[in-house]
Amino acid sequence: MDWWISFFSAAVVAGTPLLFATLGGIFNERAGHMNLGVEGMMIMGAVVGFSVALATSNAVAAMLTAAIAGALGALIYAVLTVTLRANQVVTGLTLTIFGTGFANFLGQSIVGQSTPAAIKAFFSNISIPVLSQIPVLGPVFFQKDIFIYFGYVLVILSGLYLYKTQIGLNLRAIGENPSAADAASVPVTLYKYVHLLWGGALCGLGGAYLSLVYVQSWQTSITAGMGWIAVALVIFSTWNPYKVFLSAYLFGGLSILGFRLQSAGIHISQHLLDMAPYLVTILVLVVLSMDERKSAGPKSLGIPYFREER
Amino acid sequence: MKKGLKKTSLAVLATFTLGLLLAGCGGADNAEQGAADGEQTNDKVKAGFIYIGSAKDGGYSQVHDDGRLEMIANIGEDKVETLVREDVPENQTVENVMNEMIDQGANIIFANSYGFQDYVKKVAEAHPDVKFMHFSGSILGDNYGNYFGRMYQPRYLSGIAAGMTTENDKIGFVAAMPTPEVIRGINAFTLGVRSVNPEATVQVVWTNTWYDPAVEKQAAESLLDAGVDTVAQHQNTTAAVQAASERGAYSVGYNLDMREANPEGFIVSPVWHLGAIYTEQVQSVLDGTWEATSYWGGIAEGAVDISEFGDCVSEETKAAVTEAREKIVSGEFDVFAGEIKDQNGNVMVAEGETLSDEELLQMTWFVEGVVGDTTMTQQ
Repeated sequence: MDWWISFFSAAVVAGTPLLFATLGGIFNERAGHMNLGVEGMMIMGAVVGFSVALATSNAVAAMLTAAIAGALGALIYAVLTVTLRANQVVTGLTLTIFGTGFANFLGQSIVGQSTPAAIKAFFSNISIPVLSQIPVLGPVFFQKDIFIYFGYVLVILSGLYLYKTQIGLNLRAIGENPSAADAASVPVTLYKYVHLLWGGALCGLGGAYLSLVYVQSWQTSITAGMGWIAVALVIFSTWNPYKVFLSAYLFGGLSILGFRLQSAGIHISQHLLDMAPYLVTILVLVVLSMDERKSAGPKSLGIPYFREER
Repeated sequence: MKKGLKKTSLAVLATFTLGLLLAGCGGADNAEQGAADGEQTNDKVKAGFIYIGSAKDGGYSQVHDDGRLEMIANIGEDKVETLVREDVPENQTVENVMNEMIDQGANIIFANSYGFQDYVKKVAEAHPDVKFMHFSGSILGDNYGNYFGRMYQPRYLSGIAAGMTTENDKIGFVAAMPTPEVIRGINAFTLGVRSVNPEATVQVVWTNTWYDPAVEKQAAESLLDAGVDTVAQHQNTTAAVQAASERGAYSVGYNLDMREANPEGFIVSPVWHLGAIYTEQVQSVLDGTWEATSYWGGIAEGAVDISEFGDCVSEETKAAVTEAREKIVSGEFDVFAGEIKDQNGNVMVAEGETLSDEELLQMTWFVEGVVGDTTMTQQ
């Protein structure tokens, strides 16, 4: 039992960067934009958040600037794909390459430094009264740091926003059929910009969790490909923010399963375990594709919107 | 539609510019460090250093950069100029980096990662007038050699310290890849542990990466959850030490003194000390006496050692480690002297025998006391 509790508890931590980045990806794709720049925006957030933490020892300022850094990365993408209608796949890839280069360049002088004590204290684990006493669920979900709790809140707010508000409805409409939304006098371009930037901000926060809370120092290429998993998780979650809970923590768990099995003395090839997250993704995609209504993402995904064109 | 086309081409242009900007970033540090001063004379050497990581990574590459700085201090800035490239991946890139350095007039080039080996050999053979030294490999030719250290000696000593410090006799080891180098290190560490604490075990988890701070930390946490109270490591960053610190556990570092990452539980680090070899190499180029060698220095040669002890280490432990260190330096004791059994209890080194360097360089089995599988990542 203890083994399972510590495993699930570690899975929540490992899944948190994915949770933020996947939520960000969902907002992007709901606006009809396939953004492969998640990795780039994450790492920009990671380096900027960490630099600000070093300079100010202020955790809130660090998180805020990490989000802004992610949003600025997204702004480049938004100008190119919304206003200039560039190919979204190519632009996203470029953003990832740019973001990684930018972050490693900016981070050169701070490599290996660790976060100030004030930041460590701010992000130390806090047990939530009552909830943390629940067997199993308590230690797994409610004895965590404030960043993780922020993630829970964001997932729920995102779900409410998308499914229970007028703005959320408009956003979903844009993702499905921008011309129709336009005809209903929804400001399509404004919506796209806002949600692309917001998505970028979430990705930036996901990266910042790694540098600020988990690793607690800046290391070159700290995100190590997590952004790509997040891109897959958007599909895995069927563009539904609530399901991000499941997908992010499941993948967090799969990513650490190998070590857990090794230390439990179960010998399975590490290469096989490394494949596990991707195998599960393929499996889910296959299952999803059997039901066409569920498998289809936003209908206008990846298609630039021209008002004049029909 | 025409308008759309125009916008598309504008977008392509913008994307392209972004790419150029990126390329600019990559080249910037190169231009800055490679400010060529024109002519090079016989009494001044240009030495190139190629690192797989950042020079300030708090681990592996920093060790090399510290060695470089010590070398400059020893030889004098008027006699040596260095070219440095960091974060060089183990692919074709390293070849371009070496060629750039040669264009800038490098006389000798040091490359610090195992995966650079084939590229070093290739470039070296094309440039017989330039000298090359590759770290951790085995290539040897007219103008290229290799250098490394007997890291297993300080690892054995750190094992003694860990074996005497652990409270529940369960020690974890976060290991990168099952290469002979890492396996040899784990074995030496375990022999050290068991020399003072025959009941203790060393549990190994492979990460399959030299460098990934998040993964290294996750691996360490899995060991801590499995109940170890001390974590040793063969990785490039301090992440495993950090993980132990958060759980109030003990840490054995690697590469550098890592007490900052675990102020209370830091035991000791086996460390590299490359200033001596770099100084010797550059000096011999200055003197015109350079010859390609296979350098494998131990504690006695000053290539490797242990760091200062952490605050949690008892005086008794310090004395035991110091005594063993002296015996290694004097040659009285060899880490891999028999009798040594493998994990299954088979005698691998008989009483009175010692493993040869050849055997050490090809080690693929774990000694008794290690919990883990050397084939874990090779199946």
